Amino acid sequence: MQKDEENMDDMEFDILTEIGNIGAGNATTALAKLIDGRVDMHVPKVEMLAFKDLAEILGGAEELVAGILLSLEGDIEGSMLFVLENKAAHHLVHKLMGSDGSTLEDSFTEMEQSALVEIGNIISGAYLTAISQLTNLNIIQTVPSLAIDMAGAILSVPAIEFGKLGDKALLIESQFEDDEIDVCGYFILIPTLESYTRILKSLGM
Amino acid sequence: MDGTMIKVGMADANICHSPDVITTLGLGSCVGVALYDKTTKIAGLVHVMLPDSTKVRQNQNKAKFADTGIDMLIDMMRKEGANRSLLTAKIAGGAQMFAFGSNNDMLRVGQRNVEAVKAKLKELGIRILAEETGENYGRTVEFYPETGDFLIKSVGREQKII
Repeated sequence: MQKDEENMDDMEFDILTEIGNIGAGNATTALAKLIDGRVDMHVPKVEMLAFKDLAEILGGAEELVAGILLSLEGDIEGSMLFVLENKAAHHLVHKLMGSDGSTLEDSFTEMEQSALVEIGNIISGAYLTAISQLTNLNIIQTVPSLAIDMAGAILSVPAIEFGKLGDKALLIESQFEDDEIDVCGYFILIPTLESYTRILKSLGM
Repeated sequence: MDGTMIKVGMADANICHSPDVITTLGLGSCVGVALYDKTTKIAGLVHVMLPDSTKVRQNQNKAKFADTGIDMLIDMMRKEGANRSLLTAKIAGGAQMFAFGSNNDMLRVGQRNVEAVKAKLKELGIRILAEETGENYGRTVEFYPETGDFLIKSVGREQKII
């Protein structure tokens, strides 16, 4: 069975939006627990974006971002990328590590990088758990990997995977807000073709 | 700088005449291939995402692939008056952004892009004058047709001209 994004119908798009909603909702709860504070989530935006517009969402291709990539195994194979704007990444790390957050420089210490990986791991895990429950499919996440670099370079990784299917990528934008600042996080789920079909099938498509 | 900066997006190609400058931002595992005819000072840049158009069903966008992208760029440059036999190349990108990925294929795509670009250029008899490829960091590149300089910018690293 062949499938590509160009031919995605409205119904499928709605379903993926709903999956994004549920996943991001669960991720928000996990984030609130993690930083022990109140976190509100805006309704996630789900967009099918042309490659050239992908990095623009994050403030341009040269914008510094943190990306945490997870591999997926089990019934859904592929990977998932969680992207945080640099400022948001620093904010969360400071909250988690209990520092005052006054040093918002560009780089992260090794300890801060470990904390970022853990944040990405937990938030993505919560997101995937929600999808797993919804679809009744088993998803195993493995080895998170962190990269801090230009948005274009980080996003080239999922874009290339989507590039095998078409010229667009599915981006789920979740904006969180805690007591102090807006924290923008982006989930990019990259299922393999077979897994994509399996997700829709599990939901009765 | 007197000229305009011409931007090339992901899976995109364009050409430029001196004194204009051509750029592509934030290359990760993708490869930026700059072709240059120094006699006419015409340069072309393609932002390649995948190695091989024949392995992908959705292959209408020629600029996306190493094989068809380079062919397309040469056509564009010839139409503007560049001399095909004088073309030389400089390439950058093809990084491995993450230490782990869902599979080997995903990790190695940067390297495979570089290999595919080199194979295609060799097949066409176009000499690679310089390259700045691989590693694990992103690159913004600018090509200056006036001088033939290929400027590489990365986060936390010195700028480099190749």
